[in-house]
Amino acid sequence: MTPEELRELAEKRRAQLKQPRCRLNVCLAAGCQSCAGDSVFKAIKQQIEARKLDGVQVRGVGCLGLCAEGPLVLVEPSGLLYQRVKPEDAGELLDALEGAPLKRLECPTDVPFFRAQKKIVLENAGVIDPENLEDYLAAKGYEGLIRALTDMTPADVIAEVTTSGLRGRGGGGYPTGLKWSTVAKSKGAKKYVICNGDEGDPGAFMDRAVLESDPHRVIEGMIIAAYAVGAQHGYAYIRAEYPLAVKRMQNAIKQAQKAGLLGDGILGTSFSFNMEVRLGAGAFVCGEETALIASIEGKRGQPRPRPPFPAESGLWGYPTLINNVETFANIPPILRHGGAWYAAIGTEKSKGTKVFALAGRVKNTGLIEVPMGITLREIIFDIGGGIPDGKKFKAVQTGGPSGGCIPEQYLDMPVDYDSLARVGSIMGSGGMIVMDETSCMVDVAKFFMDFCKAESCGKCVPCRAGTDQMHGILTKICNGEATLDDLALLERLCDVVKNTSLCGLGQTAPNPVLSTLKYFRDEYLAHIVDKRCPAGVCKIKAPAEVHA
Amino acid sequence: MSESILTLSIDGKDVSAVAGQTILEVARENGIAIPTLCYLQGLTPVGACRMCLVEVKGVPKLLPACVTRAAEGMEVTTQTPRLQEYRRTIVELLFAERNHVCAVCVSNNHCELQDLARRVGMNHVRVPYRYPRLGVDATHPRFAVDHNRCVLCGRCVRVCDEIEGAHTWDFMGRGIECRVITDMNQPWGSSETCTSCGKCVHVCPTGTLTEKGRAAAEMKKRLQFLPYLTLMREARP
Ligand SMILES: Cc1cc2nc3c(=O)[nH]c(=O)nc-3n(C[C@H](O)[C@H](O)[C@H](O)COP(=O)(O)O)c2cc1C
Ligand code: SF4
Ligand code: SF4
Ligand code: SF4
Ligand code: SF4
Ligand code: FES
Ligand code: FES
Repeated sequence: MTPEELRELAEKRRAQLKQPRCRLNVCLAAGCQSCAGDSVFKAIKQQIEARKLDGVQVRGVGCLGLCAEGPLVLVEPSGLLYQRVKPEDAGELLDALEGAPLKRLECPTDVPFFRAQKKIVLENAGVIDPENLEDYLAAKGYEGLIRALTDMTPADVIAEVTTSGLRGRGGGGYPTGLKWSTVAKSKGAKKYVICNGDEGDPGAFMDRAVLESDPHRVIEGMIIAAYAVGAQHGYAYIRAEYPLAVKRMQNAIKQAQKAGLLGDGILGTSFSFNMEVRLGAGAFVCGEETALIASIEGKRGQPRPRPPFPAESGLWGYPTLINNVETFANIPPILRHGGAWYAAIGTEKSKGTKVFALAGRVKNTGLIEVPMGITLREIIFDIGGGIPDGKKFKAVQTGGPSGGCIPEQYLDMPVDYDSLARVGSIMGSGGMIVMDETSCMVDVAKFFMDFCKAESCGKCVPCRAGTDQMHGILTKICNGEATLDDLALLERLCDVVKNTSLCGLGQTAPNPVLSTLKYFRDEYLAHIVDKRCPAGVCKIKAPAEVHA
Repeated sequence: MSESILTLSIDGKDVSAVAGQTILEVARENGIAIPTLCYLQGLTPVGACRMCLVEVKGVPKLLPACVTRAAEGMEVTTQTPRLQEYRRTIVELLFAERNHVCAVCVSNNHCELQDLARRVGMNHVRVPYRYPRLGVDATHPRFAVDHNRCVLCGRCVRVCDEIEGAHTWDFMGRGIECRVITDMNQPWGSSETCTSCGKCVHVCPTGTLTEKGRAAAEMKKRLQFLPYLTLMREARP
């Protein structure tokens, strides 16, 4: 298809979408499907057919954000949002289209949860049908690609991305433009682009939501990247535990191939690129780029020392660009609106927005997208709605197993890469777990150490044996069986594992321990010295009777 | 084709290197000893044991000498108190990870792990022993494997794959549960790929892989065939 044909198609679809009097968008992303969103969809569809309602449409869409209140249904054009909808409610919902809103199920949208967000990556999530290419086109999809391929040289594209200031959303925050230019400069008979959709962080589902809600956006980002660096083939590496994301991605790739957006001579130009999905077997370490590459090559997913970096020698030894799902998802709007537009959002050194999976002890859990620089307090208390049950805030854990716990004194800190690092945590991929006074920080550290221990690949000694030892000590502390010598050993092991491990997993595994030790040392001491868990989480046995 | 020559310094000594050489290779050429365990000349280096970590001026992270290429002007330090402390802890972690009772081990006095312990000044282990119960597989007619002594250096895996071409050995499991296995995790004696060449036995740095019929302290590894391995490797296209 030529750009003109594509635009015609988009125009046609936009006109079509205007036709119906109203439309019900039912969330069919994994969160809502897990609470029977698809039955709600079917029930509404049945009712519409039974009542022969003309001009009323129902559509499956991606994640609407407030997953905790799902299944969610958004009504257009009124903008009414209904929560916790059951299939039995279908009739009443349709009755309410004409008259007053159905108060019983109404979800207020004029609240900070919706107002304080800024959606770029998620602009289409919950708005378009992720299984329909034309829906994506109607939402200005592939406009960025058209601009890149018809108006710009690869160097122009890289310059635009560099101007945007976008930093990788996979955890490290490496400047995307710089990475692209390195791959572009690398010499190789072939080059590859890989989308890292492994998302192994416990509790994180940002990438899954993007893949499920707007797969074409990721494909578009990857094609633009391939053009910029000179790659011919791409892989979307998605964990097998995300079957819906895999299905939607595969479906979108097929549609893109059919429309001439993938394959030979894309959009009638001389540029060719194709891609496929590869399944990850669900090892956390396979998200690490060199392990991921080994996994695609059909080997055991274990990291190897870098350098050489994938940019120089990656998949099968060829230069390879590897970026996170959310990173690629940011590319189409950057190409559409320009890098300067993007750079105007966020802070000096952290541009744009960030998607977080807000979880734990907050009222509104779910998927949020906020501009960088927003404070933790705004996220937790405005968007998140604060701590439920009148409890007191204690800490927020960011960055997953590689991150740390941030105490109350930093609530007014802006959320950006450098500020988070300064207080001993990281942005990470975007998991955010809020804890109140009922959480024991030693127990939290133990949870993450347990995760790292189980997910260590076993290749290098400090991570393999060190995380196991650290987990043992944390267990002893939680059981009230540890001494101050154990605590000293724990701190020594933190230092060794952090500084001598081969890959990021081991290098960051001590972070949750270090940050809790830094801010909540008194809790460790209470367990060790007073044999007491201040939060009452750890079951410490009464001291055994002393036998003479 | 002329190869480009670099100069760098290791422990304050000015040394030269051919482009592509690793820090470890250059150090050894110049009589500077860096401890290693997973490295074996002639096999692909993997950087797994972390014994050879060195400091390079201007680089915040410690770098494994066995896989890091020498670069022009590099200033490498191999023996700082910090590095020595890390190496000692890593060896302690290995001793505590499985069962190392040297007095009853066939490799006593011919063991690289033991040598390392001596070199890093490990006089006792400061982390708790785990004492796992791991099996011994003596089904192979000529060799035996005692998993209680394995340090997971992967030398057997690499020599069998890269030199012998049999790929009998591999790793199974994650983290602390990781083990070496033969074929599809079956008894070594039932392996259909093993050629009984014995290479793995002789590259194994510990008492894990041994020849049968040798009394304790007799299982001397024949490391003299290492240069031969290198030759074979270099002859590969
Ligand atoms: C243990 C470990 C797990 C990782 N998991 C992921 C992951 O699930 N998704 C991801 O995008 N990056 C992950 N990363 C980071 C990747 O190695 C890599 O830096 C990233 O995909 C680069 O993309 P970006 O530049 O767009 O951030 C992980 C890193 C480590 C060390
Ligand atoms: S740090 Fe852990 S996950 Fe990474 S290579 Fe070492 S053992 Fe494997
Ligand atoms: S393998 Fe080496 S360190 Fe282990 S018990 Fe045998 S001799 Fe001792
Ligand atoms: S004896 Fe030879 S073929 Fe058999 S496992 Fe050892 S190295 Fe491989
Ligand atoms: S069996 Fe020997 S060579 Fe193989 S991984 Fe274990 S210690 Fe290393
Ligand atoms: S999954 Fe339905 S709102 Fe997130
Ligand atoms: S010898 Fe370099 S890491 Fe093992």
